[in-house]
Amino acid sequence: MARSVTTQRKVFNTLLAWLIGLLIFFPILWTILTSFKTEAQAINDPPLFLFFDWTLENYAVVQDRSNYTRYLWNSVIIAIGSTILGVLIAIPAAWSMAFIPSRRTKDILLWMLSTKMLPAVGVLYPIYLLFIQLKLLDSRLGLTIILMLINLPIIVWMLYTYFREIPGEILEAARMDGAGLKDEILHVLTPMAIPGIASTVLLNVILAWNEAFWTLNLTAAKAAPLTAFIASYSSPEGLFYAKLSAASTMAIAPILILGWFSQKQLVRGLTFGAVK
Amino acid sequence: MATHHSRSAARMMMAPAVIVLLGWMLIPLTMTLYFSFKKYLPLRGGDLGWTGFDNYTRFISSSAFLPSVQATLIIVGGVLVITVVLGVLLALLLDQPMWGQGIVRVLVIAPFFVMPTVSGLVWKNMFMDPVNGLLAHLWKFFGATPVEWLSHASLQSIIMITSWQWLPFATLILLTAIQSLDREQLEAAEMDGAPPLKRFTYIILPHLSRAIAVVILIQTIFLLSIFAEIFVTTAGSFGTRTLTYLIYQRVLESQNVGLGSAGGVYAIILANIVAIFLMRIVGKSLDT
Repeated sequence: MARSVTTQRKVFNTLLAWLIGLLIFFPILWTILTSFKTEAQAINDPPLFLFFDWTLENYAVVQDRSNYTRYLWNSVIIAIGSTILGVLIAIPAAWSMAFIPSRRTKDILLWMLSTKMLPAVGVLYPIYLLFIQLKLLDSRLGLTIILMLINLPIIVWMLYTYFREIPGEILEAARMDGAGLKDEILHVLTPMAIPGIASTVLLNVILAWNEAFWTLNLTAAKAAPLTAFIASYSSPEGLFYAKLSAASTMAIAPILILGWFSQKQLVRGLTFGAVK
Repeated sequence: MATHHSRSAARMMMAPAVIVLLGWMLIPLTMTLYFSFKKYLPLRGGDLGWTGFDNYTRFISSSAFLPSVQATLIIVGGVLVITVVLGVLLALLLDQPMWGQGIVRVLVIAPFFVMPTVSGLVWKNMFMDPVNGLLAHLWKFFGATPVEWLSHASLQSIIMITSWQWLPFATLILLTAIQSLDREQLEAAEMDGAPPLKRFTYIILPHLSRAIAVVILIQTIFLLSIFAEIFVTTAGSFGTRTLTYLIYQRVLESQNVGLGSAGGVYAIILANIVAIFLMRIVGKSLDT
């Protein structure tokens, strides 16, 4: 099905698409560029694009002054911890719904999804209160649990759609060969499920990393992740563009890289299978 | 061919996920409902007894309520129009043959992975600042007076920032949907001499309708509760206090928990109305 397209048209498409792509990407590019300027250069009039004295100073300053590493650690622990916890709870549930479906499977899936629709602000105070009483306020454990709960529906859902693609005949064949439930899970299902599990983990680490309602409202100094660290720049002192840029670049770089690997999963994970 | 044995195994396997989600849903929800019928001011006397539907009527009749509904509708509506229209156009473009398609896709999707506090602050300071922002330089370059974005065009600014974050999502989903279009149908129409606009309205757009509905519903649910973008830019001033932000202020800033909880119940009802439509579409796709 070769679509015959003139070279002229292809050149036009290419130019237009690149122009728009760069325009959309520009704020990120500008942030990265600014992070290598001095504060004076960052607010130079006219703006400096590439010809300035590149410096790594801001990265050092951000690290020294604000203990960036601690925020980074909090982000890493909370994002990865909540995802792993969620996946551990979700795997058996998704497995059973995909391979032993019952009449209620669809209702349960939809109900799980509906908990995701609950507006966070509607339950802000109860959670705040519970956190105070359970001494979870400003703790990594508390945030890990909350982020696990808000992402659990997506995790179950994604795993379910991946598991459903594993052909049932393979399981039956394994059963015929006398494989028990344990063998079935360990030697037949797991190898086939790993790519789907990996994709699910990837997308949910990204979602947890960027979550910015609970992380802002339930942390103070101790457990604050990068989202809250960056928010502290909303009331700055003196010149701070270059430092803000350096901090921002460090906060988004790991996720941008992971994100580029997860484009396909993004559609599956966020539309719940409604768009293929 | 599921046996009785495997049925109970299935129930056991589902139990942890069902139980934690049930707890996550019921416990805070019950508490919010409970508080919403109380006069409850933790810093000024604590629990001052039952008040019936007083909080519900007071939340609605307060002078901040209608403006917050208006701000919410303008932001959600504005972002939806921009992201869906531009998303369809961009998806159509990205579907065309070109060089470096993969790289362009990556560039377009990138904003979705930027955390909300970063995009809020980067736009606020480095683009929308009336003195040092890039947009101010651009305006001056063309001889215009720079705009004080976040104070004089505050809603538009929030819409711009949020659209920038969500356009990638709309584009990616619509692109996925376009790519599943039956090419032969499109080619047949082309051979029969249907002009591009006709092909778009009669073949592509109907094919995209479900994806567009999904984009609208999912974005609405997320946009109804945007928080960080407003928190780091205007903190709710200059007419950008959305319903979510108003409830947040009632609960955590002025610690009027009863009133805020009544607002929370309204927000939950509103989100559920949207969610019902989304569930229908998702439910249908489960059957196929």
